[in-house]
Amino acid sequence: MKVSIKVNGTLYEREVEPRMLLVHFLREELGLTGTNVGCDTSQCGACNVHLNGQVVKSCTCLAVQADGSEVTTIEGLKTNGHLHPMQEAFWEKHGLQCGFCTPGMIMTSVALLQSNPHPTDAEIRHGLEGNLCRCTGYQNIVAAVKAAAEIK
Amino acid sequence: MYPSNFDYQRAASVAEAIQKGASDGAKFLAGGHSLLPALKLRLNEPESLVDIGRLDALRGISISGSSLKIGALSTHAQIASSADVKKHAPALASACGQVGDPAVRNRGTLGGNLAHADPASDPPTVVLALGGKLHLQGSGGNRVVAAEDFFLDLFTTDLHPGELITAVEIPSIGQAKSAYVKMAHPASRYAVVGVCVVLEVSGGKCSQARVAVGGATPKATLSAAAAKALVGSSLDDAALNAAANALIGDLSDVMGDVYAPEDYRRAMAGVYLKRAVRAAMG
Repeated sequence: MKVSIKVNGTLYEREVEPRMLLVHFLREELGLTGTNVGCDTSQCGACNVHLNGQVVKSCTCLAVQADGSEVTTIEGLKTNGHLHPMQEAFWEKHGLQCGFCTPGMIMTSVALLQSNPHPTDAEIRHGLEGNLCRCTGYQNIVAAVKAAAEIK
Repeated sequence: MYPSNFDYQRAASVAEAIQKGASDGAKFLAGGHSLLPALKLRLNEPESLVDIGRLDALRGISISGSSLKIGALSTHAQIASSADVKKHAPALASACGQVGDPAVRNRGTLGGNLAHADPASDPPTVVLALGGKLHLQGSGGNRVVAAEDFFLDLFTTDLHPGELITAVEIPSIGQAKSAYVKMAHPASRYAVVGVCVVLEVSGGKCSQARVAVGGATPKATLSAAAAKALVGSSLDDAALNAAANALIGDLSDVMGDVYAPEDYRRAMAGVYLKRAVRAAMG
């Protein structure tokens, strides 16, 4: 089936099998490998991207469901070669260890601040409940989101 | 993980969805947050998916008379943040806000959730306690089914093949008090036990009560015995203990697993009933 999906501002048209997941469309069709496949069971959030402005798990969405939609991935956050303030904050606060969960953490955190620009620590932790860090680096991740909220 | 192959058809109208959904081996796809994980695990291998996700007729939350009408495609996030739902069915707003995580709530729909009838999910318990009704449409016409007649067993509902949930009607709780509380599984956040209470209170006494339990049981289940123990009481500790014991005795079929054995879930149902009443009376 033919799909047209705007990813990070560029419109892509591809012929895909209906069973192709959005995350595989991004990684395999478009080569955007910043979005990771973690648990593949809708729990870990490593594959989180923005679909029409909302954070979603791209392993739990068919590419054909995203037909006609706009997707933003971690690769699309930077503007004019500058990292997004959330990316800067994760860097500054060392909000990562191995880095595997980081793209999903950042996409969820960006969406969190869009709906709640000045969250408390508890709200940050609650907002990130669907993103798992197996290095357990949560302390610095929360610090990074807090720092990004202050930059904005 | 890839699902097995299927034909994909996007419905442009409810009528088209019903017509396409009537074929053998067809399943409806809404937000996909119950169905797609099952397809990926090959627990289900439908021949075709009929995508109803773009049917605006199934969206929206409105008030008609003294009831809320919630379009089946309303997402958990929309329900959790709806001022109307918070006012007329606060326990449902609370429960939908506890489903999964923010990304899941952005995609998962109430209709899909109820059709899936996962015993560990939160909304069925609350829709049951609130006396909700499901509006169904199929090739045989329309019908309305009360939640207590809709949930039949583990992942099993009264939906006929090819029948679609179009909306969920929830009577406003009016002046009644309500709460949904759950023991969330530490990893999945699904309900190990979830209890919803709806309490009419006048002059310091409980005059009417509805108690529903999920998580512990194969389907969301009303407990008339627990409700009876609350009615007429001032909801003091003695009444709560009596209601908890009544609930524990009333649950004939309780599930168990390595994390939470049957006896434990049964005991926790009593504990969470007391917590739900206290939260409702806050």
